Amino acid sequence: MNAEVKAGTWVEIEKMILSSDQRAPQVPEDTRKTPYIMRVAGFLTSDAKIGDEVKIKTLIGRELNGTLKVVRPHYEHSFGETVEELLNIGLGGKA
Amino acid sequence: MNMDTSYQAVMARKNEIMKSSMGIDYDIYRQGEIAFDYERMMNDCGFSLEDIIRIQAETKVGNTPLFELRNLTEAVRKISAPGKGARIFLKDEAANASGSFKARRASISAYVAAQKGYKGVIAATSGNYGAAVASQAAQRNLKCIIVQEVFDSKGIGQPEIVEKGRKCEAFGAEVIKLSVGPELFYYLLLTLEETGFFNASLYTPFGIKGVESLGNEIALQVRAMTGKDPDAVVVTHAGGGNLTGTARGLIGAGCNAKIVACSVDLSGLHMASDNDFNRKSFTTGHTGFGVPFATWPDRVDVPRNAARSLRYMDDYVLVKQGEVFYITELLAKMEGIERGPAGNTSVTGAVALAREMDQDQIIVVQETEYTGAGKHHNSQLAFARNMGIEVRRGNPEEGVNGKSIVIPENLSQVKGMQQNMEKLRQSYLRNAAKHCPPERWSDTDRHFIAADVKKDLQWLERQIETLS
Ligand SMILES: Cc1ncc(COP(=O)(O)O)c(C=O)c1O
Repeated sequence: MNAEVKAGTWVEIEKMILSSDQRAPQVPEDTRKTPYIMRVAGFLTSDAKIGDEVKIKTLIGRELNGTLKVVRPHYEHSFGETVEELLNIGLGGKA
Repeated sequence: MNMDTSYQAVMARKNEIMKSSMGIDYDIYRQGEIAFDYERMMNDCGFSLEDIIRIQAETKVGNTPLFELRNLTEAVRKISAPGKGARIFLKDEAANASGSFKARRASISAYVAAQKGYKGVIAATSGNYGAAVASQAAQRNLKCIIVQEVFDSKGIGQPEIVEKGRKCEAFGAEVIKLSVGPELFYYLLLTLEETGFFNASLYTPFGIKGVESLGNEIALQVRAMTGKDPDAVVVTHAGGGNLTGTARGLIGAGCNAKIVACSVDLSGLHMASDNDFNRKSFTTGHTGFGVPFATWPDRVDVPRNAARSLRYMDDYVLVKQGEVFYITELLAKMEGIERGPAGNTSVTGAVALAREMDQDQIIVVQETEYTGAGKHHNSQLAFARNMGIEVRRGNPEEGVNGKSIVIPENLSQVKGMQQNMEKLRQSYLRNAAKHCPPERWSDTDRHFIAADVKKDLQWLERQIETLS
């Protein structure tokens, strides 16, 4: 279901900045195969649905356009799954 | 106003955009095909060390503690030859606003931007510098945009870079997150042009001057604590500003310590490659930046780079990813402090060097940085494992970048590897020759080049013969 997202919601937009054939001449082969993409978060300026072309107002009040991708984006980076190889390093003051 | 925003058109407007976004006219320093008046450029920004210290104190920068790492020093002595094992000191730069020495670098730019009446500042960086600019901008009531390389074509971002983006947003900055590629610079130019904001580049005289206070503090603190000067200062090295500023500060304080660069060895991985982007466990302080920037500093977002590391570098030691992770864990368990990856790179270099130095000598690690979710050795290793990289204990030299990370089994396996300085200098000369062939180097060019690699004219003349 693609519900309406209310104006003022914290969202993330995505925009293609350069298509793969517009990229800088010095980029390596693997990178050249991919377009140059931008993502920015901000407050949605009017009601819209995911996938719509929208306008956002960023934290400094600048207006940017792009495709609405994520509603209320958040960070979930963590300390990662335990790497057991680290645990016994330095125990008992021994290096 | 509808300007052409294609890659080629924007790059062609580079010089005008730079001039209006910084108020520095670099042309006036030009002295030849290669030479420019470096010292005059540094002096013209008009700040004395006292000014820098005062400005930085206004925004929670500087005056960070220096600690002696007694337990680590003891551990190093146990594995060293009799009489060897220098005293290791650590400058706790994580105590700066934003959690790294980069606050020093951002502080003067933000001050200048505010003084000159710019409405905001922009920096292109995926590192701590973004958080530093955002933090300084917040305190000077400036708007801030950080342009960051964050994710690969699958949309995946390194945990450390993701964390650094989060921190910029926490300070109220607009964060432009981009996929892998050198077009970051293009997008920076475009945004500078659109907004008329100040370019808080990492490589202006303001940025480097801001780091001189760090070198000065080290000299004064080591003298106060030990009654002596340090013998060596180890600097985590990437773009070269950390080393240049610190060395200039030390020299200004009359301290002749050996300046040792230290980077994580990431040889074999390409920096602009979408495939390799998430196969490295370090986002800065590595050879992917350290070597190219040392051997040709003028590859940056300003016409002439104020960070000229070979001018000040005496030695350059490389460490393996696995070695740094081992030392990071040891720092927590032995010294009771958790710190982030870039500073710990130098701690690793210092351990390797201290083993060869006498016990009455002093070696200083000149920075730490903050740590936390994403910016942590466990996050990095867990992420690497998910990317299919093998993680195990063993001889760190067996680690193959992009394929495996081998964490030492004991401290005696932490050895580092000295780079050949002569080769680095020759590589600088080859880059200079590409820029302008040696037969066209004037006397001024020759003086400049010799100074830029910390050598004399006789050395240069001999090298030129073998170059051609
Ligand atoms: C904490 C920290 N240490 C060291 C460095 C390396 O500094 P430089 O790029 O000036 O060589 C960086 C820069 O990326 C950093 O953020």
